[in-house]
Amino acid sequence: MMVLVSYDVATSDPGGAKRLRRVAKICTNHGQRVQYSVFECIVDPGQWVAMRQQLIDVIDESQDSLRFYFLGTGWRRKVEHIGAREAIDQEGPLIL
Amino acid sequence: MRKMLNTLYVTTQGAYLNKEGETVAVNIERETRLRLPIHTLSSIVCFGQVTCSPFLLGHCAENDVSVSFMTAHGRFLARVQGPVAGNVLLRRAQYRQADDPVASARLARLFVLGKVVNCRTVMSRALRDHGEKINAPEMPKKVALFAKVARNLLQEESLDNIRGIEGRAANDYFGHFNDLIVSQKDDFVFAGRNRRPPLDRVNCLLSFLYSLLYHDARSALETVGLDPAVGFLHRDRPGRLSLALDLMEEFRPVLADRLALSLINLGQMRKKGFRTLESGAVVMEDDSRKVLLTEYQKRKQVEIEHPFLKEKIPLGMLMFAQAQLLSRYLRGDLDEYPPFIWR
Repeated sequence: MMVLVSYDVATSDPGGAKRLRRVAKICTNHGQRVQYSVFECIVDPGQWVAMRQQLIDVIDESQDSLRFYFLGTGWRRKVEHIGAREAIDQEGPLIL
Repeated sequence: MRKMLNTLYVTTQGAYLNKEGETVAVNIERETRLRLPIHTLSSIVCFGQVTCSPFLLGHCAENDVSVSFMTAHGRFLARVQGPVAGNVLLRRAQYRQADDPVASARLARLFVLGKVVNCRTVMSRALRDHGEKINAPEMPKKVALFAKVARNLLQEESLDNIRGIEGRAANDYFGHFNDLIVSQKDDFVFAGRNRRPPLDRVNCLLSFLYSLLYHDARSALETVGLDPAVGFLHRDRPGRLSLALDLMEEFRPVLADRLALSLINLGQMRKKGFRTLESGAVVMEDDSRKVLLTEYQKRKQVEIEHPFLKEKIPLGMLMFAQAQLLSRYLRGDLDEYPPFIWR
């Protein structure tokens, strides 16, 4: 399934930059960065539970926020891209 | 059923792959062009001058991602394998049956049966779809003959005879292959199978597709814990993965021949996409290779209902399904191995 993860991390706070880096790292490990703080992750339910928990453990819930959008397996119909930096289709042919 | 994961093909010369966290990063000219989480991949295939960092290779081995290296023209060179995994008991059952000529023949004839029936389907589909363009009056007779060969096979008990039938059927089939090419007939002429090196464009396409199949068959067998080197139809030979060759037989017509034909017939392959070397060998240009790989990957995503499992699965998972059925048969959970019959 496809999950869209977006986050806001308060970098003005001491330790904020560190949390931001960690959140970004967890996201790149599971998905593709499509915009600065937006990731598209193709995960199975097991991987999702693990990833979600890792993110929750890192953020400071009093200042940062996470939003998850569940797009399921038919996500292709629900996503449209306009403009630069077109994302690659992680389930399509991967030839470089 | 396992989810079908993606395969990463790297054909850009000079590319470098390394591990970045849990992702595979592809660097081209010192720039990271792609980062993929490793859990979305089942294998990586590198063509020509493509290098991988040792840490990436180790990480791939840990995550059951197979990494193969091919020459730029698709000849298999090497693959990287992690620690030995899989089921010893299953492998022992495989070795015992491979040593027994009667048991080997029983399996071998089913592999050949699958191939013969699927070759027949390729021909009869071509006749049905554009029969008026095929100038071969004896073809319908050949199609009928293949059905008879398939029936006879089931009675055959000697391995040598089975191999003989297979050889004759392959000859017959390739004897008609040129008739199945309905457009660009002057640019793509098939006068019989040749390889190492392929001497014409059609053979070049076929050889390349077969080496992709070989790679996929090997991974499928290893995933279920079978030894790809010990075959039933093909005998053991150092450096050859005989069981992978056995398993491929059913799929050659379905995944490779049919694809090669449609690439030519639909004009996706052109004469100028190929080059003849001084040695007479015909090789593909980079662009043709990309088209071929893209179409191969697309074809693997097409879903069909598996005739035995009665489950909807993508074509790319077929080999895995067949490898699993084979292991069930070898273990004694199935009375007979059901070859894949394409409808």
